[in-house]
Amino acid sequence: MRMAADTFPKLLLANAVNRGTRPAIREKDYGIWQTWTWAQVLVQVREIAAGLAAVGLKRGDKLAVVGDNRPQLYWAMAAGQCVGAIPVPVYQDAVADEMAFVIDHAETRIAVAEDQEQVDKLLVIRRKYPTLATIIFKDPRGMRHYADSGLLSLEDLQARGREFLASHPGFFEEEIGKSKGGDVSVMLYTSGTTGQPKGVMLTYDNVVVSARNAIAFDRVTADEEVLAYLPMAWVGDHMYSYAESYVAGFCLSCPESGATVLADLREIGPTFFFAPPRIYENILTSVSIRMEDAGWLKRKMYHVFMDVARRAGIRILDGKTVSLGDRFLYWLGEFLVYGPLKNMLGLSRMRLGYTAGEAIGPDIFDFYRSLGLNLKQLYGMTETSVFICMQPDGQIKPDTVGVPAPEVQINIADNGEVLVKSPGVFVTYYKNEKATAEAKTADGWVHTGDAGFFDADGHLKIIDRAKDVGRLNEGTLFAPKYIENKLKFFSYIKEAVAFGDGRDYAAAFINIDLAAVGNWAERNGLAYASYQELAAKAEVYDLLQECVEKVNRDLAADPRLAGSQIKRFLLLHKELDAADGELTRTRKVRRRFVADRYTSLIDGLYGDADHAHIETSVTFEDGRKGIVKAELAIRDAARMAPAAEPLRKAS
Amino acid sequence: MTSSGRVIGDVLLQVDNISLSFGGVRALTDVSFDIRQHEIGAIIGPNGAGKSSMLNCINGFYHPQAGTITYKGMARKQMRPHEAAAQGVARTFQNIALFKGMTVLDNIMTGRLLKMRQNFFMQALYWGPAQREEIKHREHVERIIDFLEIQAIRKMPAGRLPYGLQKRVELGRALAAEPDLLLLDEPMAGMNVEEKEDMCRFILDVNDEFGTTIVLIEHDMGVVMDISDRVVVLDYGRKIADGKPDDVRSDQRVIDAYLGVSH
Repeated sequence: MRMAADTFPKLLLANAVNRGTRPAIREKDYGIWQTWTWAQVLVQVREIAAGLAAVGLKRGDKLAVVGDNRPQLYWAMAAGQCVGAIPVPVYQDAVADEMAFVIDHAETRIAVAEDQEQVDKLLVIRRKYPTLATIIFKDPRGMRHYADSGLLSLEDLQARGREFLASHPGFFEEEIGKSKGGDVSVMLYTSGTTGQPKGVMLTYDNVVVSARNAIAFDRVTADEEVLAYLPMAWVGDHMYSYAESYVAGFCLSCPESGATVLADLREIGPTFFFAPPRIYENILTSVSIRMEDAGWLKRKMYHVFMDVARRAGIRILDGKTVSLGDRFLYWLGEFLVYGPLKNMLGLSRMRLGYTAGEAIGPDIFDFYRSLGLNLKQLYGMTETSVFICMQPDGQIKPDTVGVPAPEVQINIADNGEVLVKSPGVFVTYYKNEKATAEAKTADGWVHTGDAGFFDADGHLKIIDRAKDVGRLNEGTLFAPKYIENKLKFFSYIKEAVAFGDGRDYAAAFINIDLAAVGNWAERNGLAYASYQELAAKAEVYDLLQECVEKVNRDLAADPRLAGSQIKRFLLLHKELDAADGELTRTRKVRRRFVADRYTSLIDGLYGDADHAHIETSVTFEDGRKGIVKAELAIRDAARMAPAAEPLRKAS
Repeated sequence: MTSSGRVIGDVLLQVDNISLSFGGVRALTDVSFDIRQHEIGAIIGPNGAGKSSMLNCINGFYHPQAGTITYKGMARKQMRPHEAAAQGVARTFQNIALFKGMTVLDNIMTGRLLKMRQNFFMQALYWGPAQREEIKHREHVERIIDFLEIQAIRKMPAGRLPYGLQKRVELGRALAAEPDLLLLDEPMAGMNVEEKEDMCRFILDVNDEFGTTIVLIEHDMGVVMDISDRVVVLDYGRKIADGKPDDVRSDQRVIDAYLGVSH
């Protein structure tokens, strides 16, 4: 049987033939890694697919899949696709109400769930949306006495599948033969920070071609080891775990439980690792804490060799010249520190690492790269089957997201917004033409909603959400979040709010980080009694002025942003607080609200005086309210001349 | 939830006229009740009512001066704890009694000791039948670890775990013995609400999945009323009530015992 493998069902058949005895998926269960080969996976998927057909799943139906990363759930997705249904993976930690929206909106009639927790939620949803007729569960525990109709264990479903296959031989292969590249392969709901989630419909061509391009870009092989631990409903997991494993044919490993991921990581030793910045940050934090608790010798060694790594590691990784002495020290460090550390973290075999989702702090990024780990950034979104930009090996810059991925075209709109056209661009949002029209032009360009530009080397730099980007009066781009993030990368700065849209120059409020600045103050013999007192000290202002000027130097290096250097700043007398409405509950600054609340301070920043007066109401922890009055100093920061050519590297 | 579709069987444990005293202190006076197969029975009562003494009598740690305990149809006056264990009685303790330096896995593995047949030397050599036996037991222990959702702490020394998890490990060790009768001494003492909910879930699941009969002592009335089929109330060593949770809750003597009454 020869056909072009342009859909996952066809890829599965091809993999079962070409590499039938090679491992396809693993799961740690009862303390042991259980493995299924591609041939075994085919048997399972065939049974599940036939079972789903037996309980009434039709071509074009949506199949909800809810749970942690489990082989059976990945099989259920493939099985759904085999009979022409569209899998809809759902975030497993969503509460019933959030899940209900997706189940209802996607008109799901059949759902495959992991366990009792998910089934209970689905049963609640079913009371309101009785169209959800059948719920299949993988783990029967705790549900022995559930008498609800349409509840079926995966085992029973597979048994029905076997019966169905006995009476319909050839059904499975026939159905697979019907799948075409242009069919919708999956529907992924974007979490949607505002409004209801939107169902992004991606075709096989979108997903398979994008995955194929990404595989070619990074030379991903069938021998990779990959850990699948990110939510199955997230496009990142769908592309990296599901799509790439089918296209490249590598083996996917599912951790034992959410809590064991780090231990499982160590046992699997992935060659290819994908994680949001938060995970890299957590790993680094736990390393730092453990090093501080380690014995004197280990601690000393760690610090000495990490200095070497920072100096030489990244240059070696990027293939740049490094002095012979440093090369030797780095080699020694690899033997004494980096190697054991990577082994400890389960990253010794990591050939390729990606981070995406949000900006990663340069310190964190450099830490991993200096250990010799090829960590890279990529930029993408659900609507484009992830891949928009990727960093090529050896051309890594912490503040760009790399060059356009293969077959991706990028245009920068007049307002700075990044527009994308690629083979991965989605068809439509499910049942939401209005949103589709807003997100995608008639000729297939997707509005990313992000503002950015290309630097001299053709790397895309994302600066902010397009709707937040403004302009100074003289016309320079002003990207508040970009500036704030740069400030917040300093450990002394907890929060920052930048102003500048429609003004003559950029200015900023800064919240010091009480722990970091307090520690600095103690070391420098500076006494203070409160946050307010510490933040008002001239020495602290000096310290923070240095940070601001470093940010200005960074901004100056970029001709497009040089004009938005911070001219004046002040240190707020209180921490911005969600209880006062200044931050959202997820700790994002509500810029407009802050601007209204502190008008007198903004007037100060855009006036001539070296201080400003402020009276604010605050809400104390116990709910009482009070008034805080303060006289805040305002500083002028030095602004650098825009660099005509790339700035000399700081030595 | 507890009674949905579950079949309560015959009497598994019959306690008749038990009296226990330590010198002049009468811990239990003439206490009788029974526990049926698959049932979750609770013993409640104010501090010092004799609840733990009652459990200790059941698993043979204390020997009552009067009365009989009939377990699986065999009446007995005296039984040693290891005999009780061999007959399928397992328990957990009010003040956790884990081996603190041993890992969670090894702690639960000790619960299998009574089921191991190979001798010490064969086990030390880890050879042939001893190896097969250990693998079999390890498999069973892994099922319990999976059941209690403690995979992430499998290799941690028990002493380093937070209290709530230690309680869970102790339940795991008791389960490893595949008991017919499980005695839980204050399984939820000192836990926060979330840990209590988890523990309730596990107790119900144990009862449901393995059909284990459970007798528990607990102070949290909400928990007791929610998960038990029947409740025995002790006060000053005497039984003052015995029945379904709702009946016991409205019993005047129980209310008096808990709230105090002026005599």
